[in-house]
Amino acid sequence: MAAGAQQLPRLSNGKPDFNGVWQAIGSAHYDIERHMARPAMMLRDGPHGPLPAVPLLRLGAVASVPGGMGIVEGGSIPYKPEARAKREENRKHWIERDPEIKCYLPGVPRATYLPFPFQIIQNEKQFFIAYEYAGAARDIYFTDPGPPETDSWMGQSVGKWQGDTLVVEVTGQNDQTWLDRSGTHHTEQMKVVERYRLMTPNHIQYEATIEDPEVFARPWKISLPLYRRMEKDARLVDFKCVEFVEELVFGEHRRKKLER
Amino acid sequence: MRIGLLLVAAALLPGQIPRTAEGKPDLSGVYDIATLTPLLRPDHLGDRLELSDQEAAALAKMEAARMAKTSQASNPNRTAPPKGGDGSEGAAGNVGGYNTVWTDRGTGAFKINGKWRTSIITDPKNGRMPPLTPEARKRAAARVALARPNTGDAWWVKEGLNPGPYDDPELRPLGERCLLGFGSTGGPPMLPVLYNNLKQIVQTPNRIMILNEMVHDVRIIRMNEEHEPPEIRRWLGDSVGRWEGDTLVVDTTNFTDQPALTSATRYLHVVERFTRIDARTLLYQFTVEDPTVWTRPWSGEMIMPATEDRIYEYACHEGNYSFEGILRGARLLEAEAAAKAK
Repeated sequence: MAAGAQQLPRLSNGKPDFNGVWQAIGSAHYDIERHMARPAMMLRDGPHGPLPAVPLLRLGAVASVPGGMGIVEGGSIPYKPEARAKREENRKHWIERDPEIKCYLPGVPRATYLPFPFQIIQNEKQFFIAYEYAGAARDIYFTDPGPPETDSWMGQSVGKWQGDTLVVEVTGQNDQTWLDRSGTHHTEQMKVVERYRLMTPNHIQYEATIEDPEVFARPWKISLPLYRRMEKDARLVDFKCVEFVEELVFGEHRRKKLER
Repeated sequence: MRIGLLLVAAALLPGQIPRTAEGKPDLSGVYDIATLTPLLRPDHLGDRLELSDQEAAALAKMEAARMAKTSQASNPNRTAPPKGGDGSEGAAGNVGGYNTVWTDRGTGAFKINGKWRTSIITDPKNGRMPPLTPEARKRAAARVALARPNTGDAWWVKEGLNPGPYDDPELRPLGERCLLGFGSTGGPPMLPVLYNNLKQIVQTPNRIMILNEMVHDVRIIRMNEEHEPPEIRRWLGDSVGRWEGDTLVVDTTNFTDQPALTSATRYLHVVERFTRIDARTLLYQFTVEDPTVWTRPWSGEMIMPATEDRIYEYACHEGNYSFEGILRGARLLEAEAAAKAK
């Protein structure tokens, strides 16, 4: 490890240089827990087992959920019983409830492993993360301004360096965001402590400890690698999905309604 | 090359401005571009570039008085405004729009080289945009004809407009739709507006990021690279940068069909120049051209003063209940008009 650490790109102040375009690979954006593939993001009971819910039927395999080992340490989230019931309820109503469907800001940690790249812009004093999805943005404060003055979708992020690891404490997130497309929810009490560690020049190990006494029986952890986008022209392009959901959100108020 | 750099550095007295590890002026920071100096110079000032100290003080005093007046506590016994508004011009017939808590237009004009300015636009000399092309004039006239105060009735039905201005979400301004802020706040060029005038710059050798407070729009300037191919368009355009001495020059093209700047089209081309003039201040200069809109390029300049204020999340779309209200309100007025016609 010491030998590898020597070769990491570094800024003039010696801190690891995270500048670049990064992305998670895998199925965590569907479901952060360990899970088998299933027919769709929203299911109904069929005569011989689950079938895709009616609104998703025509999408066929495109609406199905790929399986995965999950990013939750131990495989599953330590929900309190009533919170687990709410998660199940969320899954049943996925198409009305998932904030991603309406192009709402993703919150942390969901922003990290959505199937979109994000870009870190870092200098000796600042660490900024711009996400392609919905143009979400986070400034990591290195001076703690105290408790967040108001809740927000992306919360307040306060960072500190522990050796080569950037540790970011995220608080003040509203209770509207989810953690995946499977109804994983939280309250505004959620505290997320993220750890960004550059393992090689092109690979970050990302970990986050999630705490919310209202919803979870104990703090729990996710971890996953983030990969540098290696294309020569790697960059964020616009994904202002606000425009793409206008018909969904506002279409019923058109003067001449379209087929819906 | 080395000699040139040394000369530039000597002229600016190194040490007076912060520099990055690679020796470039450090533009990083949070800036507040709110100002009472307008984009367009008031007609009566003609070709005058500068305000006197007295005029600038009067301008600041007027705004302070306005703020003091509108900051007074509301009468707790007031009644609801009359249905359809009180008939005066203002947001929705003055049933109530933005209040003083919301707005932040700055507290004074800005100074460049120690002189107060009358307008942000410096070229043409009259501080106004150059004449529009005949085509652009037609488009602007059509837009203005549809932007009317709320008269409380569906005037577009009476006038038989098809489509009417509220028929579809796509017909509404980008600001109402939360696609961009209004008034070119995200730019480029980045212009001061009624509120949310903070900008954050994060500078690295290869990429320089500008966060626009309004609608959390991020522009990532790629240094010393070519523009993107024409298939790739961006709401804030594609920005590439280079250093000319101690000035960051940013060239932006590849806009969508609707840039933030009113009237501009996908042919908009903006060149911005950022120069650090002291430890707390950037000089911001820009030149705008779009031959399909303006008969010649135009330019402006202003300062970007550093601020200790923080940028709070502006989640526009997530809370855009009023957009539904705008569309539903129009449907109600249309239903009323239809009932009357019966």
